[in-house]
Amino acid sequence: MQPNGYQLDATFAALADPTRRAILARLASGEATVTELAAPFAMSQPAISKHLRVLERAGLISRGRDAQRRPSRLVAQPLAAANEWLENYRQFWEGSFHRLDELLDEMKSKERR
Amino acid sequence: MRNTGTLSVSTPTDLEIVMTRAFDAPRALVYEAFSKPELLRQWFGPRGWSLAVCEVDLRVGGGFRFVLRGPDGKEMGMRGTYLELAPPERSVHLESFDDYPGESHVTSLFVEKSGQTTLTVTVLYPSKQVRDAVIQSGMEHGAAESYDRLAELLMARV
Repeated sequence: MQPNGYQLDATFAALADPTRRAILARLASGEATVTELAAPFAMSQPAISKHLRVLERAGLISRGRDAQRRPSRLVAQPLAAANEWLENYRQFWEGSFHRLDELLDEMKSKERR
Repeated sequence: MRNTGTLSVSTPTDLEIVMTRAFDAPRALVYEAFSKPELLRQWFGPRGWSLAVCEVDLRVGGGFRFVLRGPDGKEMGMRGTYLELAPPERSVHLESFDDYPGESHVTSLFVEKSGQTTLTVTVLYPSKQVRDAVIQSGMEHGAAESYDRLAELLMARV
C-alpha cells in the first residue's frame, strides 16, 4: 500500500515532538492512562492530554471509551507507513552505497600501486 | 569484515531528511566518487537503475544533470546547481526532479577519522509534499514493515 501523503504529514508532524515520541515508545509496551503517561514527565496531566489529542488526530493512538480512564493505545498502521517511507528512502541509497563501497576499494588499491 | 555499511536515515523536522553513512576510505576518495561523472556512473542509483545521463560541471554556479533509467525503462531526471564546493570536506547544492516542483537544498559533509569517512547528507525540502513525492517516485518498494524496525525507529527518535 502506498502511504498517503496527507497521512504521512500528520504522522511526521506528530512524531516531531520528543514528548510524543516518548509517549508512543511507552505505549508500545501496552495501553496506559493519562495519569500513568504523565508520571515519568515533569508535565501536568492537561499538558499530556494535549499531546494525546495530537497523537489521536494523527491516528497514531486510539483512546478507550471508559470515561474515567480513557486508556491510550498505539495504532501501528500509520507508524508502519512512516517507517516504510523511510525504508524506501534508505533502500534507494543503500543500493547505491554498496556499489560505492566496491568502487572505493578499487580506487584505494589503484592509489597504492 | 566491514563495520561501515549501516546507513541511518532520520527526519529531524517535517522538511528535512538526514542521512549518515560511513565508508572505509579516505574522504578525498569519497568526495571524488561524488564529483566525477565517470565514477558516479559506477555507483549512483538504486539497484537495477543506472545513470543514462550524467553530466557534471564542478564549480560554484555550475551544476549537474542526471537521468536514472530503471529496469522497466522508466526514467527519472534530476538536476542541480552547486552553491558551495570545499573539497574534500563539504559541498552544498540545490537539487530538483523533472517530475516534481520545488528545489531541495542539500548539504554534504565528509568527516575523516582513522582512514574512514563519515558522510552526513542533510536534505532540506521546500515542502512536505515535495519530500513525500520524491521518495515515492521510481524507488524500490521494500515491504519490510517489521515491527522490529518500527521499534528501532521509535527508539532512535526518543
